[in-house]
Order: sequence, then C-alpha cells, then structure tokens
Amino acid sequence: MEMTPLPVVVPLVMAAVLVGLEAIPGNHRLLDILSLATALVVLCLDLVLFDTALTNTIVYWFGGWAPMGGFPVGIAFVIDPAGAALAALAALLTVMGLLFSWHYFRAIGTFYHSLMLLFLASLQGFTLTGDLFNMFVFFELMGVAAYALTGYKIEDTGPLEGALNFSVMNSIGAFLVLFGIGLIYGRTGGLNLAWAGSWVAKHGADRTLLVAFMLLVIGFLIKGAIVPFHFWLPDAHAVAPTPASMLFSGIMVEVGLYAVARIYWTVFSPSLHFLPLRDLLLCIGLATSLAGGVMACLQRHMKRLLAYSTVSHSGMMLAGIAVLDSNALGGTLLYIIAHGMIKAGLFIGTGIILYHYSSIDEEKLRGKGCQMKMTAFLFCASGLALAGLPPFATGTGKAIIERSAEAAGYGSLSAVFLVCSGLTGGAVLRAGASVFFGVGSPNFMSAPAPTSGDREPPETTSQTGGTPLMMWIPFLLLVAGAFAAGVAPQAAGLAAQAGARFTDGAGYRAAVLTGKESMLWPPLPSAPLRWESGAEAALLAVVVAAFFLFRSPLPDRLVKGLKVVMKRGLSWLRDIHSGYIGDYVTWFMIGASIMVVIAVLL
Amino acid sequence: MNLLPFLVTAWLFLAGLYGIATSRNVIHLVSCLFVAQSSTYVFLLSIGFRRQGTAPILDELPAGARLVDPVVQSLALTDIVVGATVSALILVFALQAHKKSGTLDPRRAPPMRG
Repeated sequence: MEMTPLPVVVPLVMAAVLVGLEAIPGNHRLLDILSLATALVVLCLDLVLFDTALTNTIVYWFGGWAPMGGFPVGIAFVIDPAGAALAALAALLTVMGLLFSWHYFRAIGTFYHSLMLLFLASLQGFTLTGDLFNMFVFFELMGVAAYALTGYKIEDTGPLEGALNFSVMNSIGAFLVLFGIGLIYGRTGGLNLAWAGSWVAKHGADRTLLVAFMLLVIGFLIKGAIVPFHFWLPDAHAVAPTPASMLFSGIMVEVGLYAVARIYWTVFSPSLHFLPLRDLLLCIGLATSLAGGVMACLQRHMKRLLAYSTVSHSGMMLAGIAVLDSNALGGTLLYIIAHGMIKAGLFIGTGIILYHYSSIDEEKLRGKGCQMKMTAFLFCASGLALAGLPPFATGTGKAIIERSAEAAGYGSLSAVFLVCSGLTGGAVLRAGASVFFGVGSPNFMSAPAPTSGDREPPETTSQTGGTPLMMWIPFLLLVAGAFAAGVAPQAAGLAAQAGARFTDGAGYRAAVLTGKESMLWPPLPSAPLRWESGAEAALLAVVVAAFFLFRSPLPDRLVKGLKVVMKRGLSWLRDIHSGYIGDYVTWFMIGASIMVVIAVLL
Repeated sequence: MNLLPFLVTAWLFLAGLYGIATSRNVIHLVSCLFVAQSSTYVFLLSIGFRRQGTAPILDELPAGARLVDPVVQSLALTDIVVGATVSALILVFALQAHKKSGTLDPRRAPPMRG
C-alpha cells in the first residue's frame, strides 16, 4: 500500500513545519489546530491500516527494494493487526493529550507541539517497522523526544532530575539493544526480523544468538519498566507535563514489551526452549506487578501513584506475554489498549486537579475537589476500571490472560493479578475518595513521604471558574472508549485474531520474504471467560481503599500492630527507590548480569 | 575471529557503567555514559571488520576487492549521531540543574524518593 509510511512521514514533516511556525509570535492556536489535525490524520491512517492488516499482513519496501533471491536488501514496514492497533492507540492518546493541552500550555509553548508530533512519529515507526535497526532508530528518537518532554518544565529541579534518570537509564538500554542487534547481524547477516527468523529456523539458535536475544530483552524491558529496571519510571512520569505522562504511561512503556514479544515470535520462537524463558519472564513480570502495586499504595503524590500503578500493570502485561500463547497475547493486547485509555484518563484527572489547585498532594487536597462532580465520577470509574471491573475492556483482557494461563498450568497467576489489580485500583480509589469526597483521615502509610506533590509548578496561567470543556471531554472519551471496547462483542474476537497472527512467526516470515498471503485465523470458540475475577478485583480495590481511609472494625491494638509491622517491612522497599541514578545503574547491572547468565545456561 | 575488540567492548561498557554508578558529578556522569556508548562503536565496527579489507567506496575499487562491511559502519554512524543528541540533551539538563540547585552532585540534590 502506498500510504503505509504516511503515519510516520506526516507527523515528522509537520513537526518540522511547526518549528518554523513557532517563530511567528502569537499564533499558538494555529499550532494547536495543526498538531491536533496531524494527530487525527495519523489516527485515521492507522485505523485504515488496521482494517487492511486484518485480512492480510501489509509489507511495504521503502524505495521499492523488494527482496532479491529471498534476501531482504531493503528496509520494510510490516504491519499486522497488533502493530497497527498499538499505533492507533498511540495516535489516539496523542489526540487526547493535545485536546487536553488546549488550555494547559497557554503560557508556555515552545516546541511542545513539535515534540509531541516527533514522539508520535517515533511511536508509529517503532510499532510498524519490520527491521531491527529501524526499531533501534525509532527507539532512540522516541527516547530523545520523551527526555525533552520530561524536562519540559526546565525551571524546576524535579523534572530535571526525572529527565536525567530517565535518559541515562534508557540510553543504557539502547546500548544493550544495539549489542543485541550487532550480534544478530553478525550471525545471520541481515537486519530484517523475518530474515533473522528464517535463518534461526534453518540453523537453530546458538549461544551467541541466545545472548543477543537476552540483551535485546533487557534493553526493551528497561523501557518497559520491569523490576529491577523500573526505577526511572516514577521519577520521569511524575514530573512530566500531563499530556506527556499520558503518552508515557499509556503507550511508551507498552511498546517496550511489544518489542520483546515481536522479537521473540518473529525471530526466536522456532528454536528457543521456551519453558525456562516463560518462567523467567513470568517471575519478573509478577514481581514487578507486586512491587508496583505496593508502592502505588504508599504514595501521596498522585502522579507518582499513577506512575507506580503503571509499573504494576506493565508487570501484568509482561506476564500476559510470558505465557507465550496466542490467546494470552491477544488478551494482553486488549489489556494494553484498555489500560492505555484508562491510565491516560487518570492522568487527565490529575491534570485537572493540578489546574485548579496547583497541587497534587492527596493529603493537602483532602475534600477540596467536592465541586468537581464530573471529574470525580470519571476518576472513580477509572479506578474501578483499572482494577478490571467488567465490562471495561481491562477486565476482558485480564480474563483472557488468566484463562490461557490456567490452560498452560499457571493457575496461581490469577491470584497475583487479583492482588495487584486490587492494590492499584485501591490506591486510585483512595486518592479519588479523599480528594473529591473528603473522606478518611490522614493516611498513615504515606505521611512521611518526601515526595508530596504539593506546590507543583502550575502549567497554566488562569485557573478560575469551572473545569474547561476541553479538559474533561478527553477524559470522558477515554473512559467511554475503554467501556465500549469491553462491551463491543467483536473486541475479544479481534484480539484473538491479532494474537494468532502475531504469534504465527512462520506466516510473518513468509509474508515478508516471499509475499505469501497470510492465513486467516478464525477466532476459536474457547472456554468461557471468568468475568467474576474482574469484579472480585474491583471489590478488593474498594476494600483496599477503605482500609486506608476508614477506622477499621478490627480491635485497635491489632490494627496498630499491623500498621507497625507493615511500616517496617515497607520502609525497605521505599528506601531502594532512592532517586539516585547511581543506585539505579547498580540495580540494572545486577539484574542484567543474572539474566545474561541465565541466557548462557539456557 | 579476533577476541581483542570484544574484550575492549566489554571493558569500555563496564568501565562506563561503573563510572555512572559511582559518579559524584553530573558532567562526569555524562562522560561515563559516553564512554559506555563508545563501546558500541567498537563492537559494531569489529563485527563488520575483515582483515586486509578496504573502505567500502565501490566506484573507486576494482570488482571483487575485499571490503569491510558497510552496513555496520552506517549503523555506527547512526549510533554516533544519536549519542551526540542524547549527550547534548543530558548536558543541558545537568547545566540547568546546576543553575537551579547550585550543585552538580547527583547525590546532593534533594531527590524524589519512595
């Protein structure tokens, strides 16, 4: 298809144009409109691509350099439904972020629109490409745009520090990705994913290739914020401007996981012993989701709370991928999309609070938000949706993953999912209840937190009157979108189809190298979903929120003892999130060495 | 295959990481990051290296001449451009942080914790 590269080209060109227009003073509305229109165009293009990719994988060779004698000499975009869906999610979140910033960046606006479009272009390229090195370039482009957006409020030390930690950790990840790419190129002689995959299918994966795979996995897991590589995420997401945080949590972290899955299935699935890999990824995924869930409960800085919840959900997504099953992957995809919408919506919620009160400290704002009925409703609904309350699509995705995990003999995964959903959902509900309804007493767990979120630098000039329409409309649309994706009867079928096509490595390689039509996988009728698990998680979330907010009906001394024990245990967890980049790099070295050793022994 | 370039790669990368982990100065930290990055250049070039190979400029060479691999060279070139961009950006952050907090020590500035 001729329009295939347009989702990358259009925002790139527009970013350059907007930099030029920036020089003319007093035209920020023009910039708003142009960037919004660009993101909308990209969204439409992605949806067309998704629709086309559903019937047949799209392969586009740049400059018409098709494979010669079965060897790919050119660079290809290879688009299957999963990649197109993630690209569409990226475009959707950009549209919502730009809508939200309609009022937000009235005062400060330099290069903001260009950076957002650059970020969008790199996300598009990353999800649509079928070439390893292309992936690296878009990965780095994404990084640079993201670092600049994180440090956008350059007048303040918090963003600077967050941006520093973020950029150093992600650069190290990029080096590892580059080592992995170099090793794969040295072994297989090609940079195309399909070519490397067909080489591995023919010759098998030796130790060098296994190490290459592990290096790529570690590099992308840094982006995916998986324990012990996750430390940068809360520092960065908590300080970035709200629209940037929406994109970071909603899609950027997830594309790191997407890259792991993509490389596994296109290149390594034919010849890797998958059982140890499955166990390893499941372990770190579940550890991540537990650590993120607990840390989320300990925060009073609301954006930091959401950032830790992203860590937790990222762990759950990795666990979904790690089941290494097509249905689970489809479920994970649905979960990523629903979570992206909900989490972006929640960040809009904190953005609205910040707009009104110049603070996002849960304790200080207790009861302040009583007037914001609409925001309160959406925020609490999002909290429940985050826990996976049916019929939100988060619940559907989670139920699909749990069903496949049980079929694969990992029944305990459901229990961890339940706990983590309950913790993150509960933390959000607690914050919502105390800010919007003023219930509860000062939270004992977060009282001494050094990162309070009070006296945040305002992102706007005026903050009188009600919430502007352009702020809560995108919130409403996102929550409604996650709801609609859960209610729509086709969603589960589409996810199954996307998962089956994604995990069909042989079909992918044939489509790229020989242009063979891809097989259509009719979604299989399978065991019914356990809807209750979502409802249970939502119930647990309410219980968790209540535990933090209300006096317990248990005897006072028991509660006091419980709190002391918890405080002791959790202070260690809190201490390792030290905020120092040196510590993060040390954790990275420990984790990476263990994983590389495992790859050598595999 | 010669082992030496790969040992150099590992040495540069680990030395860079050690420097970042123990750094008490942000400028020093960025330099260490750049040292770690330079290991990727050595690595990429050594992958495409061929003994007695010459630069891959095809129109000045007779057919069938021994060449080093041009693909990894272009990868290294891209890598250098990316590295320069990222380093410049981080240095700006470091300078700005120095202006605001008066220190370059990444362990002295009040961090966000927990």
